[in-house]
Amino acid sequence: MDEPSVTGPLRDAAGEGIIHTRALTKRYRGGQLAVDGLDLTVPAGSVFGFLGPNGSGKTTTIRMLMGLIEPTSGTAHVLGHPMPRATRAVLPHVGALIEGPALYGFLSGRDNLLRYDSADPSADPRTRRARVAAALDRVGLAAAAGKKAKAYSLGMKQRLGLAAALLQPRRLLVLDEPTNGLDPQGMREIRALIRELASDGTTVFLSSHLLDEIEQVCTHAAVMAQGRLITQGTVADLAAGMRGRLVVTTPDTADAARVLKERGVGDVAVTEDGVTGEPPEGELAELNAALVAAGVRVRGFGVERASLEDAFVALTGEGFDVAG
Amino acid sequence: MSQAEVIGSRRSPLWTFGLLRSELTTTFRRWRTLALLGVLAAVPVLVGIAVKIETSDSSSLGGGGGGEGPAFITQITNNGLFLVFTALAATLPFFLPMAIGVVAGDAIAGEANAGTLRYLLVAPAGRTRLLLTKYATTLAFCLAATLVVAVSALTVGALLFPLGDLTTISGTRISFAEGLARALLIALVVAASLIGVAALGLFVSTLTNSGIAAMATTVGLLITVQILDQIPQLHAIQPYFFSHYWLSFADLMREPVYWDDLIRNLGLQALYAIVFGSAAWARFTTKDITA
Repeated sequence: MDEPSVTGPLRDAAGEGIIHTRALTKRYRGGQLAVDGLDLTVPAGSVFGFLGPNGSGKTTTIRMLMGLIEPTSGTAHVLGHPMPRATRAVLPHVGALIEGPALYGFLSGRDNLLRYDSADPSADPRTRRARVAAALDRVGLAAAAGKKAKAYSLGMKQRLGLAAALLQPRRLLVLDEPTNGLDPQGMREIRALIRELASDGTTVFLSSHLLDEIEQVCTHAAVMAQGRLITQGTVADLAAGMRGRLVVTTPDTADAARVLKERGVGDVAVTEDGVTGEPPEGELAELNAALVAAGVRVRGFGVERASLEDAFVALTGEGFDVAG
Repeated sequence: MSQAEVIGSRRSPLWTFGLLRSELTTTFRRWRTLALLGVLAAVPVLVGIAVKIETSDSSSLGGGGGGEGPAFITQITNNGLFLVFTALAATLPFFLPMAIGVVAGDAIAGEANAGTLRYLLVAPAGRTRLLLTKYATTLAFCLAATLVVAVSALTVGALLFPLGDLTTISGTRISFAEGLARALLIALVVAASLIGVAALGLFVSTLTNSGIAAMATTVGLLITVQILDQIPQLHAIQPYFFSHYWLSFADLMREPVYWDDLIRNLGLQALYAIVFGSAAWARFTTKDITA
């Protein structure tokens, strides 16, 4: 995709980030606190994963960033401009997929995109058809463009929603669960597309409940729970913050556990086919040698890297299917 | 939403009407819209055929002192052009405003219901611009619906009955050409009579995320007002009902034209447009879009 040719007065605000919120808070009528004092910074050029259990305030945050919901207090800046005041200046540079696609079932896929494009007063009507065709092609829907959208499968609707976000060269893409409803091949295609867009310099703000998706695609991530931001940083740092776990696979679990404890390994736990513990400082090979010397039949020995999922569960204290 | 910042110099101000064009084509291509227009087109056909059958054995309608039909109905057999006036008088109290209520009530709430509202606003359509576009499209539908009734009635009238010079309510004769011009003027006044319902429907549409609820509420309000307008004890407030002066369009068939009620009607419609248009704007531009 070409670089946006018109950037005008939109400044990059290098120190501030593409998205920057300060004490962003939303309390719904009825008193429910959906987002509580959010300080979020999305660096330019990053692929930013936005994580959190259901009901943690992710969608409310995205809607505030897109000017759909007025914050109760605090500020949100997107592309250096305050939202929701500057929606008309900012949003033509932002492509968004929010809480799944929404389409006119009685219109064809192509006509859906033509309609969304004509809703943007900064979109050139002379290039509209060509841009719509390019967007359809990009998400692999060119062949189904003439079909009525109500006949689309969930995956096709999802692709059409993505195409709507790609009608113009964007500086920021906000994608809420972009691979929802896609088959594995479709997921792979969309992830490849996201990487491609990111390598062109588009900042991608990606909300997903698939942790391996975030791990595969994102450079940065933030974790929300119960309306609060728990942590944000690079994906590598988040996972590195978690220490890995020493895993010894052996049938002689009792002996192995005894040896490990003698050697000062903490939090030793016996599992079905081995023993795990916190890896000690120093050379691991010596530990292995000690186990072998004690007659333990070691079948596997190593440190399992902590995944983002471990980090997530450790941070939020719950899995993804639990409402926060 | 208030601060419009123009980015880039090649952008044309005319591009902003792309949304209106899209809205018009989308609305008039929908099966629902076409079905509503079809029903409206069928009304003059039914009235015309009924009058034809009723008068096929005797020369005049309702000679035996039957019930009171819609205005002008007794004149149809003499001149098919009167079918236009009869059809508009028959559809204005209910069919026309109901169709407007459906289109206006669905305008914002229907988009919210389908979730397409958030994508239009993120495009960004602009809330004021979207609301104005929706209102303009609803008014275009008012005009189209009225003209469909008028043209259908004129066609049926010409096919079933003789055409020619006609007699006004005041008893004077006017040429067929002038009668046709009056018919067009009446159609425009009838279309303008629907401005108030359209504004009311649009306001209701900004209050809910359910298109069906907005349509039902608008049509319900319409029926309620029509009933209240019939209760003599409420005569003090009746002049403020949007439907109170609707049938004043018949005054255009007087010679000279009696303007008082016509002007009151148009003024009342303008008042409704201002009051409910402002209310819709105030509501829609500050509303949290959670659908």
